[in-house]
Amino acid sequence: MKPKTIIDKIWENHVVYREEGKPDLLYIDLHLVHEVTSPQAFEGLRQKGRKVRRPDLTFATMDHNVPTINRFVITDEVARNQIAALERNCREFGIPLADLHSEEQGIVHVIGPELGLTQPGKTIVCGDSHTSTHGAFGALAFGIGTSEVEHVLATQTLWQHKPKTLQICINGRLGKGVTAKDVILAIIGRYGVGVGTGYIIEFTGEAIRRMSMEERMTICNMSIEAGARAGLISPDETTFAYLRGRKYAPKGEEFDKAVERWRALASDEGAEYDKTIEIDASTIAPMVTWGTNPAMSTSVDGVVPHPEQFESKTEQNAVRRALEYMGLKPGTPITDIPVQHVFIGSCTNSRLSDLRAAASIVKGKKVAPGVRALVVPGSQQVKKQAEAEGLAQIFIDAGFEWRDSGCSACLGMNPDIIPEGEHCASTSNRNFEGRQGKGARTHLVSPVMAAAAAIYGHFVDVRQLEAEPVC
Amino acid sequence: MKPFTIHRGKTAGIDRANIDTDQIIPKQFLKRIERTGFGQFLFYDWRYLSDGTPNPEFELNRPENEGATILVADENFGCGSSREHAPWALQDYGFRVIIAPSFADIFYNNCLKNGLLPIRLDKEDVRYLLRQSERADYELTVSLEEQRVFDDEGFSRPFDIDPYRKQLLLKGWDEIDLTFVYEPYIQAYEQQHSLRP
Repeated sequence: MKPKTIIDKIWENHVVYREEGKPDLLYIDLHLVHEVTSPQAFEGLRQKGRKVRRPDLTFATMDHNVPTINRFVITDEVARNQIAALERNCREFGIPLADLHSEEQGIVHVIGPELGLTQPGKTIVCGDSHTSTHGAFGALAFGIGTSEVEHVLATQTLWQHKPKTLQICINGRLGKGVTAKDVILAIIGRYGVGVGTGYIIEFTGEAIRRMSMEERMTICNMSIEAGARAGLISPDETTFAYLRGRKYAPKGEEFDKAVERWRALASDEGAEYDKTIEIDASTIAPMVTWGTNPAMSTSVDGVVPHPEQFESKTEQNAVRRALEYMGLKPGTPITDIPVQHVFIGSCTNSRLSDLRAAASIVKGKKVAPGVRALVVPGSQQVKKQAEAEGLAQIFIDAGFEWRDSGCSACLGMNPDIIPEGEHCASTSNRNFEGRQGKGARTHLVSPVMAAAAAIYGHFVDVRQLEAEPVC
Repeated sequence: MKPFTIHRGKTAGIDRANIDTDQIIPKQFLKRIERTGFGQFLFYDWRYLSDGTPNPEFELNRPENEGATILVADENFGCGSSREHAPWALQDYGFRVIIAPSFADIFYNNCLKNGLLPIRLDKEDVRYLLRQSERADYELTVSLEEQRVFDDEGFSRPFDIDPYRKQLLLKGWDEIDLTFVYEPYIQAYEQQHSLRP
């Protein structure tokens, strides 16, 4: 039999109906819902008298709007309405909801895996582009718009053309201080924000195999920043070990049977991809973005580039515009860029291992004068565990603010906003103009790089720092 | 959905690549629970100065672009967040067609679901249209039936669109109603796979 990729296998497993000249009708195994992209979809159902076809395959939480201090006191009336609308809609349509009172609440892409809802071989959608995160488990997971949210609520299916396949193989091992975040930033930096457009990416290679599930989630999370709708990684023992014992994962004998099925999903030896990119892990250094899209980055020992270094007029103009927005001069060493804000959080980097890594840099030190530093755990469970392990105290002792979970300053829909003209070292995923607040200057980095920037007040090369054991 | 058949209108150009959905509709306007009324917030941070007055530098505020219904931009238009508020805002502002060398996947789909037609043309053709858009009197016609974009001055280009999406747009059909026709297949799939949460 012809060797297949995991993408082919999952796709074929989910075709409900196929006809020449039409997209395939695909079954959706898990639909995650949040407060921002769902109200119009529920309203659409109501207007037409339609039901949610499979509330049992649907799971909701609120994350985008929620305050991270005094979470029950939402002063923004429009945000409060949106959260109330989600509660009402879930009640009316019978959808399970992890609300603000729930210990399971958190960023939707953190809690899906944490609860074991995310499993290999599933098709997973959510009205959020970072749904690609769940691909770390060998699931086919992609972001959809509100019309598609309504379509999935009503029919549990979507009409989809199969995208092309792109293999990105990271050979070898990462150096000290180099993280999953640096890998994905380096990929986007080298190949551009459009490299994945029209593709599903499968990440392969030794460096990926050696990664924990949380690191793999960081990689898949930012597939969308490379233009791909989905990114995934074939499941292996690391995947199965993570899932064992999770609330919604199969139990006992069922789990062992599931593992057999999951194991068979991995891409076959010799499977063909439409395109393959190979990268040597040892060439990747800690990364910092200097511009206004995630491809505008360099290694921490680099400098802010000159617009003339870029080939096309369009690129040169974009770089000029970006540098003006960022208030940066060409030739400035990255380590000379002062930082006034540090944000450790978001669906990219807010899991327990991220907080442990950041705490190992922070332990026994103080946040630099003039820096405001924020840690926003990805979920209430992450928060609880980080408090139990003493990580929270390390951050608090150093002068960080320790918050409740939510999307927070990644997109500033709640009160956590970066002021105009100030630089923020952020572990999030987008450095677009205005993303963290109007005029805010975002630099995307890994959790250890963000932690170090908080201590020194500017970027520093974490490869030259010593990490303290934290647990 | 409003059907799309043929449209003639003025073009407006924004000569930038990678225009993301955070720019098209900034996050502070995503809290509404309706689909309407987003046009006033389109490109808000580019369109308005800090004091709330229109930014005269911004392309859509230039007099020659007043009343434009076709937007022309550079590659990877609509990248970033999946927010469907982006096409809602473009449409509510008055746009019926977006032309670019390439679009981000989710944004492209979101447009089609709302009767806003995204058209991919070659880079050189987009450059030509960007130049033409600097004129106040330049108009373009878009025929979905013929899959063709043309002006009165000899420019005429075919464009690609998925035949299934084309039909839905031409008819203005509700996709969910159409999918309900396949209910027996969905049920059969569920029985075969004994799906559980």
